[in-house]
Amino acid sequence: MNQHLLTICYLIGSITFILGLKMLSNPASARKGNLLAAGGMSIAIFGTIFLFSYDENGTTHYLGNYIWIFAALIIGAIIGTLAAKKVQMTAMPEMVSLFNGMGGACAALISIVEFNHLNKELGATPTAEMIQHVQPTVLIIVLGLIIGAVSFAGSMIAWGKLNGKVKDFSFTGQNILNMVVLAATLGLAVYMIFNPQQHMLLYAILGLSLFYGIFFVMPIGGADMPVVISLLNSFTGVAAACGGFLYDNKVMLTGGILVGAAGTLLTILMCKAMNRSLKNVLIGSFGGNKKGVAGATGAQGEHKEISLSDAAMVMSYANKVLIVPGYGLAVAQAQHTCHELEKILTEKGVEVKYAIHPVAGRMPGHMNVLLAEADVSYDILMEMEQANDEFPTTDVVLILGANDVVNPAAKSDPASPIYGMPILDVEQAKTVIVNKRSMKPGYAGIENDLFFRPKTSMLFGDAKKVLQDLCTEIKNA
Amino acid sequence: MNQVLNFITSNQEIIYTVILMIFVGIEIIEKVPSVLHTPLMSGANAIHGVVIIGAIIVMGKAEQDNYLALALGFIAVLLGTLNVVGGFVVTDRMLEMFKKKK
Repeated sequence: MNQHLLTICYLIGSITFILGLKMLSNPASARKGNLLAAGGMSIAIFGTIFLFSYDENGTTHYLGNYIWIFAALIIGAIIGTLAAKKVQMTAMPEMVSLFNGMGGACAALISIVEFNHLNKELGATPTAEMIQHVQPTVLIIVLGLIIGAVSFAGSMIAWGKLNGKVKDFSFTGQNILNMVVLAATLGLAVYMIFNPQQHMLLYAILGLSLFYGIFFVMPIGGADMPVVISLLNSFTGVAAACGGFLYDNKVMLTGGILVGAAGTLLTILMCKAMNRSLKNVLIGSFGGNKKGVAGATGAQGEHKEISLSDAAMVMSYANKVLIVPGYGLAVAQAQHTCHELEKILTEKGVEVKYAIHPVAGRMPGHMNVLLAEADVSYDILMEMEQANDEFPTTDVVLILGANDVVNPAAKSDPASPIYGMPILDVEQAKTVIVNKRSMKPGYAGIENDLFFRPKTSMLFGDAKKVLQDLCTEIKNA
Repeated sequence: MNQVLNFITSNQEIIYTVILMIFVGIEIIEKVPSVLHTPLMSGANAIHGVVIIGAIIVMGKAEQDNYLALALGFIAVLLGTLNVVGGFVVTDRMLEMFKKKK
């Protein structure tokens, strides 16, 4: 009876995962979808704890060690909830990366325990028949270990990169080294499948996988981290599916494969939003091109600055102002002040809208989330295509800490590493005001011609401070 | 060769599930707007936390005196819970911001 109940729990779990993911891809139902999947997950987890049984030596056993299981569940739930609740909006992508790493590590640990278990059964000198019998299991265990470990190590590096603890690091021949490490890992894995009694090899595979995970993510630029996290996310999905295979557990299998497939597609979609291929992101063009770009910067002229009061004046007498938010806005936590400015300008009869580039900030949708937090109405957020149609009729474009997404080099300079990425065509507007902290290049590490164009004026300073001052100026004007 | 064929036949149910799930996974998120990329990634991240079920089974099966299995299992359940709970809560927080204001 319990067995049947558990089957139903798992069935509910699988269905809610599919429905949840489907609802997550539509803004209207996304939040419900997430809750639905969470509900299904709870049912599957508690079903496993109380209903899971297995046969050993002819008798049916239920799971034991409840104290340990619940202790881990409670500690994990408390830490997880607190971490997720406390995290700043700007730090969310790194949080996702961290949690993804935890899942990967979990999959790798399962593989280690299961392999030790299997090894005990095999003994020191297994017969050829015994080996043949366990080969599929060993294959799955090793696969789960490699994928889980790569995902764990990679996610930790991605997490470190996003919060600035880990710097980009690459050396010549790194790609070759990575290939060699990967080949060695896979070679050992194949050897292991034919010689499962050599159990120390498992730790060698673990070490190599961790090493590969680290050096796989290391050279990839911080701006590409969302893509990498999405990819590692789908890896962990596959690792979870390996567990499903191992225990013949349908909910793990379906959930894992579902995330593996959806995650891979999502990774490709993210790359498409930046108009780059996945290969281009992974092998990386950002690091390699730095020299050529640095050479090109010398030819640029002087930028011109605009004073706060002038900027306030220009904006309050404009008919239409488009605000282009970027990472600078997120760092300065200036979304509320930005909304304040928008309200003041609207009261003065100025039409204010936001132009959102799909990859502005550190993750796709970053700006939408940030502005929504500040209660900015959904209706005045425009996507890139829409915004590009509006720029010709716009008087003032106010760029807040965005850089690469408005860099005209993406359209005009084939040598630029961001060449081909669709950008916000801010130059179509009459005036462009750029707020940045300094003339330092943006995340892609390349100079921006826009800042030196005649239409452009620079307004230096922290986004929040500048916006506050602008608000005061406009109010008093 | 024979072994591979045997493997396929004896696991055909799983293989079917895998293939169908790949198509389902691709199909259901095909039309996602770029705004939702990050929440979707985060939600998918929470869903692969289902790996915790494996960790619970490992933990629950471990013999009382097998300290290595107990310790590793404990850590695995802990990390899995972090993945599941943290993942869903973070996703919810992201999506909370999408409420339509009128």
